[in-house]
Amino acid sequence: MTQLALVIDLNTCVGCHACVTSCKEWNTSGEAGPMADKNPYGADPTGNFFNRVQTFEVGVFPQTETIHFPKSCLHCEEPPCVPVCPTGASYKRPEDGIVLVDYDKCIGCEYCAWACPYGAREFDESKKVMKKCTLCVDRIYDEELPKSLRKPACVLACPASARIFGDIHDPESEASIAINLSNGYQLMPEWGTQAANHYLPRRKVDIKVHEEDLMRSSNPLDKEDRGQREPTTRVTLDDSTSW
Amino acid sequence: MKPAISVILLTTLIGVAQGLFLAYYSAELLSLLMILPNQVLVGSSWAGIISLILLVGGLIASFFHLGHPERAWRSATMWRTSWLSREVIALPITMGFIFIYTALKLTGNQQVIFSLGNGNQLDLAAVVGFFAMVSVFVLFICTAMIYTCLKFLQEWHSPLTVLNFVLMGCASGFVMASAMAAYFDPQVFGYISSAAIVLSVAALISRYASLIRNKNLRSPSTLQTAIGIHHPNIRQIAQGAMGGSYNTRAFIHTYGPSVVQFARRFFLIAGFIVPVLLLAISNEASVVICALAFLIQYAGLLAERWYFFIEAKHPQNLYYQMIS
Repeated sequence: MTQLALVIDLNTCVGCHACVTSCKEWNTSGEAGPMADKNPYGADPTGNFFNRVQTFEVGVFPQTETIHFPKSCLHCEEPPCVPVCPTGASYKRPEDGIVLVDYDKCIGCEYCAWACPYGAREFDESKKVMKKCTLCVDRIYDEELPKSLRKPACVLACPASARIFGDIHDPESEASIAINLSNGYQLMPEWGTQAANHYLPRRKVDIKVHEEDLMRSSNPLDKEDRGQREPTTRVTLDDSTSW
Repeated sequence: MKPAISVILLTTLIGVAQGLFLAYYSAELLSLLMILPNQVLVGSSWAGIISLILLVGGLIASFFHLGHPERAWRSATMWRTSWLSREVIALPITMGFIFIYTALKLTGNQQVIFSLGNGNQLDLAAVVGFFAMVSVFVLFICTAMIYTCLKFLQEWHSPLTVLNFVLMGCASGFVMASAMAAYFDPQVFGYISSAAIVLSVAALISRYASLIRNKNLRSPSTLQTAIGIHHPNIRQIAQGAMGGSYNTRAFIHTYGPSVVQFARRFFLIAGFIVPVLLLAISNEASVVICALAFLIQYAGLLAERWYFFIEAKHPQNLYYQMIS
């Protein structure tokens, strides 16, 4: 069984919001019609976004780290929002595991939003239906696009390649390999939702730099005296051996 | 959670309607079983009519909760998995049974279906009323399970929620029925008003038990599990929207602790204690006192349902700690 999902690398996300804007651009121009966008240039702009980047500060100043945390529907393998839907508008596609809303069936009762612990669903105030991330289902199967572009808009937009798209049930996929190699984890595992989207944790990025890495003690440039650098006066291995 | 006015009205109004029907029908059943003196209840048809009006009122209120009320019929389709869908089916069935019961009472239909061992005869209305009673209980369970089944809303995820919905609905219905009995059928006033007192006290105990339970609840979800970073000091500095979002508007209430505290005290006093005291002093079968008791109790139960929403803390709020 296929389970398409996103793997988001918190170690590389720079918080540029390119995924947010490209998601909004793609999904507001799709055949499902525009997403709510109220007061876009006013003091309190608000509207629907399928994807948002939140920022957290971890630690105590000055030992802090900034975490940019993109959040969209996690396409749970056990989605709590689906069984509660009274109309069947919310469903999980058996063929690829994408959780979708049929906007023509949705009555806008908002019960699914109550049932989602992640707050991944947003009610569209202008269309009066529940909306959520579709994993760009209208794009990933579009055979008019070259194969390299059949990915969600957010993945294509990410300049840091912090978003990986793939089938997490296929152990050979880029997404599965990233999860396995970098300890990818799920959000709020305590509710048994089996979120399909995974996050890659922050990793230690400090490198031990030895002086020898910057300046080789046996730099051939020193011998030939072609460099601009001051020649070292130390005796090197090359000087003391005669082979 | 942010209280949804239409849902508060729906659940309280249909609660009264269900309790009112149960009050009159139980009096009728008990007199058939010779536990109460055998008599014809004048108020039965009125109880049916008022119960129907309240059920329809609740149904109308619920439509205001929907983004697309014209598609509401679709909500009956997923009864295999959704308690909301089951409620959508149980509500009209209950209304149908109560309607037939009321119509039979109004037309004076006395068709005997079968006789009881004690010589009393069960007429068609009593049989239809029995089915209505069963569907009233099914409806109570469906309504309460809508909230109870959401496991991460731990304040709701408890059998106490179902018990509270049943007891509070019955209590308010019986208090209203005691006002009607005081006017139409003083001979059953004793039974209905004492049952109303017992139900109100039971509802108070059960609701207070859930208050105590909820006070000591600890969610397994924390900001650490929400974003998967296990550090004791995490501070949100941006939540991805400057002007707020659906997530901040629908789940986070902005009432201060004093308002919430007041609502809690108000519903405990007005919803349970005052009506019990008023019923206890009105053993003269006073319509005015009983009606007053009902109005005060209904106001209290509106506050209770409001508090029920305020009380529930949705785990998604962890992602929305500050606006920036």
